[in-house]
Amino acid sequence: MLTAAREAVAGIRAAEASEGSLHAFLDVADPEALRVESPEGPLAGVPVAVKDNLTTTDFPTTCGSRLLETYRSPFDATVVLRLRDAGAVVVGKTNLDEFAMGSSTENSAFGPTRNPHDRSRVPGGSSGGSAAAVAAGYVPMALGSDTGGSVRQPAAFCGVVGIKPTYGRASRYGLVAYASSLDQVGTLTRSVDEGATLLRTIAGHDPKDATSSRLDVPDFAAAARRGVDGLVIGVPREYLPESLDPEIRALIDGALERLERDGARIRPVSLPHSEHAIPCYYVLGPAEASSNLARYDGVRYGHRVEGADMREMYERTRSTLLGTEVKRRIMLGTYALSAGYHDEYYGTAQKARRLIVADFRAVFDSGVHALFTPTTPGPAFRLGERVDDPVEMYLSDVFTVTANLAGIPAVSVPIGRVGGLPFGGQILAPWWKEEDMLAVAGAVEAGGAAPGGSSPRSSPSGPPPSGPTPTGPAR
Amino acid sequence: MTWECVVGVEVHVQLRTDRKLFCLDRPVFGDEPNAHVCPVCLGLPGALPTANGDAVRLAVVTALALDCRVHAESIWARKNYFYPDLPKGYQITQFERPLATDGHVDFDSADGPSRVRIRRVHIEEDAGKSVHDRVPGATAVDLNRAGTPLVEIVTEPDLRSPADVRAFLSDLKRLLEYADVSDCSMEQGSLRADANVSLRPVGVTALGTKTEIKNVNSFSGIERALEIEVARQTDVLEGGGRVRPETLLWDDHRASLRRMRSKEESHDYRYFPDPDLPPLILTDELLAAARSYIPELPRARRERFTREYALSAYDAGVLTQSRATADYFEEVARTTSEPKLAANWIMGGVQALMNARGEDAGTFPVRPGTLADLIGLVANGAISDRVARTVLEAVADGEGSPLEIVARRGLEQVRDPGRLEAWIEEVIDAHPDEATRYRDGETRLLGFLVGQVMRRSSGKADPRQVNDLLRDRLG
Repeated sequence: MLTAAREAVAGIRAAEASEGSLHAFLDVADPEALRVESPEGPLAGVPVAVKDNLTTTDFPTTCGSRLLETYRSPFDATVVLRLRDAGAVVVGKTNLDEFAMGSSTENSAFGPTRNPHDRSRVPGGSSGGSAAAVAAGYVPMALGSDTGGSVRQPAAFCGVVGIKPTYGRASRYGLVAYASSLDQVGTLTRSVDEGATLLRTIAGHDPKDATSSRLDVPDFAAAARRGVDGLVIGVPREYLPESLDPEIRALIDGALERLERDGARIRPVSLPHSEHAIPCYYVLGPAEASSNLARYDGVRYGHRVEGADMREMYERTRSTLLGTEVKRRIMLGTYALSAGYHDEYYGTAQKARRLIVADFRAVFDSGVHALFTPTTPGPAFRLGERVDDPVEMYLSDVFTVTANLAGIPAVSVPIGRVGGLPFGGQILAPWWKEEDMLAVAGAVEAGGAAPGGSSPRSSPSGPPPSGPTPTGPAR
Repeated sequence: MTWECVVGVEVHVQLRTDRKLFCLDRPVFGDEPNAHVCPVCLGLPGALPTANGDAVRLAVVTALALDCRVHAESIWARKNYFYPDLPKGYQITQFERPLATDGHVDFDSADGPSRVRIRRVHIEEDAGKSVHDRVPGATAVDLNRAGTPLVEIVTEPDLRSPADVRAFLSDLKRLLEYADVSDCSMEQGSLRADANVSLRPVGVTALGTKTEIKNVNSFSGIERALEIEVARQTDVLEGGGRVRPETLLWDDHRASLRRMRSKEESHDYRYFPDPDLPPLILTDELLAAARSYIPELPRARRERFTREYALSAYDAGVLTQSRATADYFEEVARTTSEPKLAANWIMGGVQALMNARGEDAGTFPVRPGTLADLIGLVANGAISDRVARTVLEAVADGEGSPLEIVARRGLEQVRDPGRLEAWIEEVIDAHPDEATRYRDGETRLLGFLVGQVMRRSSGKADPRQVNDLLRDRLG
């Protein structure tokens, strides 16, 4: 039962120790310490990687931050407990942008992760370690978190499937908060079917998270195989701007044609307030972050930098041990909430958020079952290319943040290659309608991801993408 | 010029619950430091709050007892500031949309019945405690209190003197004790009051500049602190100066106020709705349950006591000082059908004995049924008042029931004329002089002679009968 997990761990250890490794993991399990807690579970023996902002009792939970370098949580995140209850084996913790703030995994205090398809490029972020680990075949599935696209964008960059469920579908208990009203745990997998299975495992009500839903969790995997016959798929014109790369345009058109051939009806729609999504997100996210990260003060846990008095200790701890992007967002958010600016920034952003929600509601109320867009404006960029231009970096989330602002489910599925690099299409659906979303995703995947497939160009030195697949009907 | 003093108060009341406001830990006073903490009240990474329904119910009861408008929907908010005893770096409270507004409390001021309007009542969590004297050269933090549920009650500036403030607070405390929502101990910090005070020329309606008095831990302290501050403000204004808005801290040992450093009070709390907690929705069931939980409140009970038991307003006031005393009285009165006698006993011998033993009506070992038996023995003439006091002490000491004690000690009242006459003869023989003077018209000596008979009988003789018999014998 533990064979696959042991092989995965051994492979990851060997690969990550080698020269020019991906650096997808921050910590890997001791092969001797592996165990299956539920041998009868649907994921019995399946090796799973977990983003290092989800708490685990058997690994440190660093959030990619120097401040929490040695922090070990006394409790498992609810989603991690559910993985273990399903028989999965947590084989390690994956790299991320510090506190999930970033779009390239370059903001990790412990060094960036590289894209398995081209090691000079970023894997996306902030769940870059999880996306790279799946794309490289280290593990068949991984957990990530998605606040503005942090599961979907790296999934797109690495050629894997990334699901962000409806806000409230999966418990956030044990997900170290970045922006609580936007954060949601998500999945990164090789296929839509596996994503559906993993999502079903982690989803469902948790009394420890007041924002988690009491709704029943449907059989997502069945939905993923259902097909799109009769579904109406909207294509929002704001997500296909004139400036879009013709290669991308062609991939989108190809995917839409195949969906139409499978029985879906394609309908142009408009989400006019999406243009405000980035500024809205970069006010609300930092505002919540400035409060959520206040607990990292050096008083109770984590590293501390001493000072002459309490105030100096706070200042030194936080200015020394938190990274540039984290501090940038804390300052942005503090400013946006401060007296005199609160209404202008936080208040205005809340209004914009309501308008974005209203856009989606109007489109979905008009009989549209799902929306189809590119996941990102372009494929994986080079390491270092955007680190000095935060705004350019922020714009890589332009198509993904609206789902977080609205709380709706979204998934990124590989739809082909652009400039030789994987590229993803995004499917969005109404609140709690993951089934329709996954039906479309399943059809896009089955329709073929166009030339090149989604396997990495340069095969990693790790194990082949084998290992047990989750039990369930064959894909 | 004559100045009018204007005061409003903010009262923090610790709710009597088994659990903290957002986690499962018990709130306690005086246990080992940090013995009652968990991931949630420690603010560990990934922990999330969930609201405790019990605390919400008690807060609703409080609001209803204050005749407030209770809102079906209120919003949890974060108040952000750094302090070592505030684990999350923010306090969860309610800000723009509190639990309840627009209430009032009627109380007895020096000038008669008065009304204070309640502006708002909201729920919030308490902070921990910074302990400065436990570890030499360092500040220690005890988080046992962190997360304990509080209600904050804010009045309108309706109080007009330091004595009024004290009278109001003592009536408010009684009200909350009756509602059974809190221990209301200022010494233990379960009831804390801050006061805002300003002066204005008599006849002027606009408010003057106020100062805030904090850190007071007794009713007498708040009265004293306000007297000092009113005198200071009067001096400032009479001298043509201006009162500066500032916060003053009361020092109980020195009986003086000191200015809070401006650094300590220059906070921008950056309030915003807590994204971890959905709005607090009060269902009709919960409101109905809270309503049914509200007992008869002190003023209503006092009024009823004068009506139902024909007590004087003074007696009814004394007997309703605490809910325990009022309950005690009422049970005795109903069992004996001698409400007057019950009132006299409770305000007299029972109260004296309780004071001597350091007990109150809730803990006094002579329960109402037993006291009713004792009063019954007095009422039917079985024992005298004087004997009854001895019996009461014996019952309190656990020597048995009143009947048992009376029988065992032979304390039954003697009304057999033969035995009474024998004692009378002995007294006349012992005091021939007084007997002769009585016969000669010095009738006030009858009391002396009756007393001598009582003494000879060890208090067992029926004084009324002795009276009659003596008068006949010497008549």
